[in-house]
Amino acid sequence: MSEATQKYYVPHGSHWPIVGSISLFLMAFGAGTWLNGGTLGKFMTIAGVGGILWMIFGWFGQVIGESLQGKFGEKEDGSFRMGMIWFIMSEVMFFAAFFGALFYARQLVVPWLGGEGNNFFTNLLLWTGYEAEWPTNGPGNLGGDFQTMGPTGLPLINTMLLLASSVTITIAHHALLRNDRRWLKLGLFMTFALGFIFLYFQVMEYAHAYHDLNLTMASGIYGSTFYLLTGFHGVHVTLGSIMLVVIWIRSLKGHFSPENHFGFEAVAWYWHFVDVVWLGLYIFVYIL
Amino acid sequence: MTTHAADHDHHDDHGPVKGWRRWVYATNHKDIGTMYLVFALSMFFVGGAMAFVVRAELFQPGQQFVDPGFFNQMTTMHALFMIFGGVMPAFVGLANWMIPLQVGAPDMALPRMNNWSFWILPFAFTMLFSTLFMAGGAPASGWTMYPPLVLQTGNAFPFLILSVHLMGISSIMGSINVIVTIMNMRAPGMTLLKMPLFTWTWLITAYLLILAMPVLAGAVTMLLTDHYAATSFFNAGGGGDPVMFQHIFWFFGHPEVYIMILPAFGVVSEVIPTFARKKLFGYSAMVYATASIAFLSFIVWAHHMFTVGMPLSGGLFFMFATMMIAVPTGVKVFNWVATMWRGSMTFETPMLFAVAFVFLFTIGGFSGLMLAIVPADLQYHDTYFVVAHFHYVLVPGAVFGIFAAVYYWLPKWSGNLYDEKLGKIHFWMSAIFVNVTFFPQHFLGLAGMPRRIPDYATQFTDFNMISSIGAFFFGTSQLLLVYIVIKCVRGGEKASSRVWEGSHGLEWTLPSPAPYHSFETPPSID
Repeated sequence: MSEATQKYYVPHGSHWPIVGSISLFLMAFGAGTWLNGGTLGKFMTIAGVGGILWMIFGWFGQVIGESLQGKFGEKEDGSFRMGMIWFIMSEVMFFAAFFGALFYARQLVVPWLGGEGNNFFTNLLLWTGYEAEWPTNGPGNLGGDFQTMGPTGLPLINTMLLLASSVTITIAHHALLRNDRRWLKLGLFMTFALGFIFLYFQVMEYAHAYHDLNLTMASGIYGSTFYLLTGFHGVHVTLGSIMLVVIWIRSLKGHFSPENHFGFEAVAWYWHFVDVVWLGLYIFVYIL
Repeated sequence: MTTHAADHDHHDDHGPVKGWRRWVYATNHKDIGTMYLVFALSMFFVGGAMAFVVRAELFQPGQQFVDPGFFNQMTTMHALFMIFGGVMPAFVGLANWMIPLQVGAPDMALPRMNNWSFWILPFAFTMLFSTLFMAGGAPASGWTMYPPLVLQTGNAFPFLILSVHLMGISSIMGSINVIVTIMNMRAPGMTLLKMPLFTWTWLITAYLLILAMPVLAGAVTMLLTDHYAATSFFNAGGGGDPVMFQHIFWFFGHPEVYIMILPAFGVVSEVIPTFARKKLFGYSAMVYATASIAFLSFIVWAHHMFTVGMPLSGGLFFMFATMMIAVPTGVKVFNWVATMWRGSMTFETPMLFAVAFVFLFTIGGFSGLMLAIVPADLQYHDTYFVVAHFHYVLVPGAVFGIFAAVYYWLPKWSGNLYDEKLGKIHFWMSAIFVNVTFFPQHFLGLAGMPRRIPDYATQFTDFNMISSIGAFFFGTSQLLLVYIVIKCVRGGEKASSRVWEGSHGLEWTLPSPAPYHSFETPPSID
């Protein structure tokens, strides 16, 4: 850390970005081909995902190596921090699009289909007899009658799990700050364990919704918003849990010090973000 | 790579590595900036070729060269290539080159991610271009991708969505890099309100990108699941609404408009003081005006969709909010003019483009004000008047801003002065023919010619012919820019470090060409 504070560390050429670009291309082109029914698409996508994983291992491994060699000073640390904050901000806006769709559909579209405002004739002529209500699968009753997941039961348990995981990661953080390695490792372990239990319950919840409640992606606007919001959240929990496993392994190896632990903090921020999104989901999707 | 660890201190003074690795593994902001600019230029020509097809077809009424389906593919792809492949990467290229030089930083803050932001783009556009050869052809729904029309795209559909995702990833990473560089890498003493305006406008643009691009990602993801996973976001039968797509899209789309123009504002605010040999009039007012425009850009989106049948209160709100943007924009135009007032002006090529920008962008701004008025827009909507409006803000606006920047900084990049005479010819060709192309489109629109239509009633013929002739000359004269740039890079009169008599700012304290590594130790700011 000491001598690097003089000069900002600008790495010399790196091959990881181009690996990432080619892999993203394979993923996207493969997925497109796959969706069109092409046979090669699946293999291209898998190759692309493999390439991305290879890039992540290689690139992050290299950065961790540089960090351990003391190439990063305060400035570099600041860049990483700000970068992570704005990355999370972009994720917030991604979720905002889906929350926006939920609010717009619920507050405006469904009442309009029911004839509110100047839409009397829309209702009378196009969707005769449709009564605006929430939840709904629309005037076409798409996907057939369905029931919703109540706010109690699995979703409540999941809320508790994520809230608890926020506590455990804070325990780990405080332990790290006072250099208590035992509680650091334990706290991280508990956090990703809670994350994986959350995911297990979410899979159970989806299975229950599909088999017992007939609540599917095809269940009109309710099913669409429900599955895309909870689904993208689930993807983020998965990513966050994997990140937690990585920093847990790193802390087992003796990485991170009370002064220098950006990797830990980045994951912690990400995890809190995932947590807050869930609270929004729990309130707007399950309770209200 | 980690093997370089031991000797990294000795590498720093070296020039670039030889061969393809310099470009493919690049981490140097100047190399990456150059790649962005070259990429953007080539996309301008691809998108320009598509515009040629459109203008050739519209030269006369009736069906001339292409079938209507292909015509629609051309208008759609022209927009996607020009917006995401041309204007945006060109500005990111300028940001890469100039922001570290303007704030006294050794490089962009996250050099490897910088490389990734760039190298996603050639792949994304290869993918988008390949849709031209697919069953059902390229996307033909317009770049706005409105459902349900876009859902009728053939095999190109998932490729369209996924290439938009890739472009979004690239822009988000690029803008994170810009923000971090500006907020974290400024030389000591370079306070925020000492930053050059190009850096300022890019900082605000980067915030817009981070807030807007993910929303586009969300919108196109909903299209994808509506198509393949039976969701009903945009299907009224399921309780969704196609109009909802327009709301989400334009929540991205309107900030996107400012993403394409704010950096041009920055360029013009650098060029005019240099050639008027006066300090920029109202520096801090410019900064606050830019920030106000950025804020307002998030609350005006529905003015793109006044005709969809929104509640009266919605129409009124979006009309007044839109007209409010004229206030900070007026502040900017006033300040540019006030900067020139009683300046000792000379008209080198960058200044010519900047002055033309002030005039012609303002015309685009005024037609925007006309379009903001709800009852008037009900007449203008989806006519050529709209086409004329946004081409006035994009071509003599954004693109002239890019031209001004290229001529302004080219001596700093290459170390040589460009051919001033040819530059002036390029300017006059561009400035005359851009007006020949787009000004008649105002009349066509007011007379009722709809946009995105391959055929038209015979009374529109004359103005369409004029417009097409202007387009061919405008497009062809851009080859001159390529020639000028190549000639300048290859040699010519050596540029001094100051280059322009009236230039101010850190980048002009460096020798021309700017050394491969600059400001490794922060400069002092007076």
